[in-house]
Amino acid sequence: MSVVLDYGWTLVLVPLALAGLVALVGRPFGRFVPALAILAPSWVLIYGVLTLLEGPEDALRAGSVDWLTSVAGGGLTVGWAVDGLSAVMLVVVGLVAALVVMFSAGYMAGEGGLPRYYAALCLFTAAMSMLVIADGFVGLFIGWELVGACSYLLIGFWFTRPAAANAAVKAFLTTRVGDVGLLLALALLWRDVGDLSYVAVFAAAPELSAGIVTAASLLLLVGAIGKSAQFPLQIWLPDAMEGPTPVSALIHAATMVAAGVFLVARSWPLFSLSTDALAVTLAIGGVTAVGAAAAALVQSDIKKVLAYSTISQLGFMFAALGAGAWGAAMFHLVTHAAFKALLFLGSGSVIHGCGSQELEEMGGLFKKMPITGVTWLIGAGALAGLPPLAGFFSKDEILHEVIGAGPAWAAILFGASLFTAFYIARATRLAFFDGYRGTGHPHEGGWSMRVPLIVLASLAATLGFGGAWLAETIGAHHGSLDVKVALASTVLAILGLLAGWKVAGVDHPAFTRAPGPRLAALMRSGWGADAFVQRAVLRPVAVASRALYTGVDRRVVDAVAEGSAVAARAVGKTLTSLQSGDVQWYATMLGAGAVALLALVSYIGRGL
Amino acid sequence: MIAVELLILIPLAGVLACLLAGRVAPGYARVVALVATVGFAVALASLAGEGIFSGEPVQGLRVAQEQVPLWDLRIDGLSAPLLALTALLGPVAILASWNVEERAAVHHSLLLGLQAAVAGVFLAADVVLFYVFWEAVLIPMYFLIGVWGHEDRRHAAMKFFVYTFAGSALMLVGILISVFTIGATQIDSLIAGRVALGEPMLVFWLLAIGMLVKLPAFPLHTWLPDAHVEAPTAGSILLAGVLLKMGGYGLMRLAIPMTPASFAEVSWVFAVLGGIGIVYGAAVALVQADLKRLVAYSSVAHMGFVLLALSTGTERGFSAAMLVMVSHGVVAPLLFLLVGQLYDRTHTREIARFGGLGTLTPRWGAALSFAALASLGLPGLSGFPGEFLTVIEGFGAWSWPVAFAMPGVVLAAAYNLRAVREVVHGEVAGEWAGIKDLTAGDLLPVLFLAAAIIVLGVWPRLVIEMTGDVFAALAAIIGTGV
Repeated sequence: MSVVLDYGWTLVLVPLALAGLVALVGRPFGRFVPALAILAPSWVLIYGVLTLLEGPEDALRAGSVDWLTSVAGGGLTVGWAVDGLSAVMLVVVGLVAALVVMFSAGYMAGEGGLPRYYAALCLFTAAMSMLVIADGFVGLFIGWELVGACSYLLIGFWFTRPAAANAAVKAFLTTRVGDVGLLLALALLWRDVGDLSYVAVFAAAPELSAGIVTAASLLLLVGAIGKSAQFPLQIWLPDAMEGPTPVSALIHAATMVAAGVFLVARSWPLFSLSTDALAVTLAIGGVTAVGAAAAALVQSDIKKVLAYSTISQLGFMFAALGAGAWGAAMFHLVTHAAFKALLFLGSGSVIHGCGSQELEEMGGLFKKMPITGVTWLIGAGALAGLPPLAGFFSKDEILHEVIGAGPAWAAILFGASLFTAFYIARATRLAFFDGYRGTGHPHEGGWSMRVPLIVLASLAATLGFGGAWLAETIGAHHGSLDVKVALASTVLAILGLLAGWKVAGVDHPAFTRAPGPRLAALMRSGWGADAFVQRAVLRPVAVASRALYTGVDRRVVDAVAEGSAVAARAVGKTLTSLQSGDVQWYATMLGAGAVALLALVSYIGRGL
Repeated sequence: MIAVELLILIPLAGVLACLLAGRVAPGYARVVALVATVGFAVALASLAGEGIFSGEPVQGLRVAQEQVPLWDLRIDGLSAPLLALTALLGPVAILASWNVEERAAVHHSLLLGLQAAVAGVFLAADVVLFYVFWEAVLIPMYFLIGVWGHEDRRHAAMKFFVYTFAGSALMLVGILISVFTIGATQIDSLIAGRVALGEPMLVFWLLAIGMLVKLPAFPLHTWLPDAHVEAPTAGSILLAGVLLKMGGYGLMRLAIPMTPASFAEVSWVFAVLGGIGIVYGAAVALVQADLKRLVAYSSVAHMGFVLLALSTGTERGFSAAMLVMVSHGVVAPLLFLLVGQLYDRTHTREIARFGGLGTLTPRWGAALSFAALASLGLPGLSGFPGEFLTVIEGFGAWSWPVAFAMPGVVLAAAYNLRAVREVVHGEVAGEWAGIKDLTAGDLLPVLFLAAAIIVLGVWPRLVIEMTGDVFAALAAIIGTGV
């Protein structure tokens, strides 16, 4: 047992304590709050790096406490274990969170409610650590729900804005639908395995019937779909952009939304036993990747472009999982965390600089904000899959694996890649090139905002070369570079970039004419998903609930109760004058009744 | 141990002291009442050395037992957590009604009388004594609602009284049948002699219906929203916090061990009613226009979890039921306390009239958000352990049908977050500009309950360790098949 591993619990408790501290002293010591808050992710990052240096354990259980224990034994434990997979996640979470806190020091300066903001970030770090280092499904579920709550709190940070307040609720409720799937998966495994630690579940998995394994895997997948905003539960993520942009970078791009991918990767001994579950995962990933990329083509809000891009890229990861390549999915998770956090922070820098999120009110920012511009270009290239940037390698590996699993899905992913290059080139030109169309005075942010961009850009440029190392660390298979796939995807990327660039030059200010106005409106609304949910789910639930209250509860259930009381009173009317409504009379009756009762009781008591 | 009797005697003495103090000066009454509730808590805490908080049974005074017919008190693992809850909520109720002006001494003495009666229910080891306390609870509650309640208090008080009294009348018949057939009044002796019962199924339902009304279980719940909406804040706190727990307690103390085979035969009814309650209570809570009525219906949903947990008949299921009960016993009082504090300031509970209170009253807004997250079962807070255990144990017992209750989990998030969205978030409703945020005095009971919610959420074993042996024994009784 390594020394580092023994202190796994500090990954949760240190950020938790800092969250409490920030909340308590945040008001009087406002200036020092970011410096205090950054300690939380820093500890997670340091711990992750130390573990990787030392060589993570293979064991999935380092220490645990009985949490819901029982006399009958077989307690439900919560414990921690840092293996290669969780160590990699810790580094991702710690690094991005630390950079986001640093960025926030500049970006959020002057906002009200900052102690709440930084405390929630620390709490998120604690919850995400818990999710990642859990040694079983109980701990994972606790972290899983808590990151969702932090997401709710941070999306709704500007709670006086109705849009932000609504988006927070929408995010929580949509992911909660997925969480019910996860909860049922746990219930099923609990019934059939009797222990929810990973070690026990994975050991028992080969003994379980195929139906149970598939059911459990699919239910886990439902949870993953909710958290990772995959079809059909993707609707909450575009709205989540109402949160502060650094939060979008951390929670809604790099870490929490990737938790679904992590969940499937973590549960691989289960998933790998069910070809049906894998096929469903592949289909969901493919549909989401292409659908969301298409929606990103026509967005006019820079954050919405990135939101749909995130959904789409997570779709690539799910497709990889479905193709059986969880190593490739994790590789893309890591590179995506770097380049998408970079793009989000870049968009934050842009929003900070020109005071608008609308691409229509940007343009020509490259010259005015050179650091943001250069780093953005690196992130955009990585996203588009240009060699030798990070996204090129990880996406290439996914495409290669999916070809093996199902050529049709591979074709769809190639299409999604083309769209990806298109929308990011379009957004890049609209924001950074041609002339400035807005009314503000765009300027670069302070150093606290520039440093995170530079760090993430250097990672987005170089991480692609770490694929083999990563695969070895997490114990997954790593495919060598497939030249044909690489060539094809690079050509597609260049074509997409050129087309997107061209369209952006001719198509503003409306930006939506290219596919025709009606299709464009449909795509811009995320294929009408919100309207559909409104009609098919929300309205029926509201109508049914109202009918349940007025129709059933008041008119039947309560009416029966009241009716029998009226009937009883009618009978009793001849006997008493209880309806006088006189409280003193009631009191007398009650007192007399109590005395009579006591007398009766003593009488019975004596008889025995 | 004298301390066991003190749990009844201290609040009873408090009733007298409170009334006397009120004659001297109205302000003294609340101080005396607070002292009495703290005294109750101290008396209970003094028994920690006897091991009540690790589930050790402790008998009341032997002398009292010998001298007074039917007087037999005992604390065991089943009653300890609920007595702790009663001790916790006593001071909270008094602090919550610190500003009551109208006949304050009588109000506070009724609260103390209520505490004495509830403690009696949880302490009685004799079924007749149990019944006497059970009914005695109704009297102070009736007056709290009927005198200090809101607009429609008379009707609500009467409905509360008649409805639950009708339920307990059936329970009395069940008790009398058991007592006369078995020839004992001690609960332990009744359970030991249960084979003598000729019609166990009849006895089970007679006992259970009174308790299901109290819980309350769907469809016997409609007295609850009316009682809550009309009750004064302290009344709602004790009603939700401890009175409802009498239902679950009674089932586990009496109905289930008295007639375990009958229970096992019809436990599916509990599961069905529980499942309906979870979804129904949440759905109905979602469309309430009155904030207090919303909280009341959320109680129906939470008690649905208790029923579902009980229906498993397993040790873990009973633990889950107790965890849900204790959690609800701190979360619902916090919600009612906050709603009461809002009502004191605005004289309305209509959700549509609020908005943006997070800006106007940030402390109150933060507290309501916290309580809402606790109520929807967020891990780390008290609601999660019990509901989680209910679902996984329920699945073990009933398998896939448990999924039918799952919409309730989503709806629970919906009605809680809707309340926060409408009341705390959004733009400021101009009507309430100048409204005062919580004072330090207001915050005291809020923080007290919030701390309990966190402690129970992080370390549910506090409760599980108290109840472990009792529930293992209860599951074993069911296992015997008679």
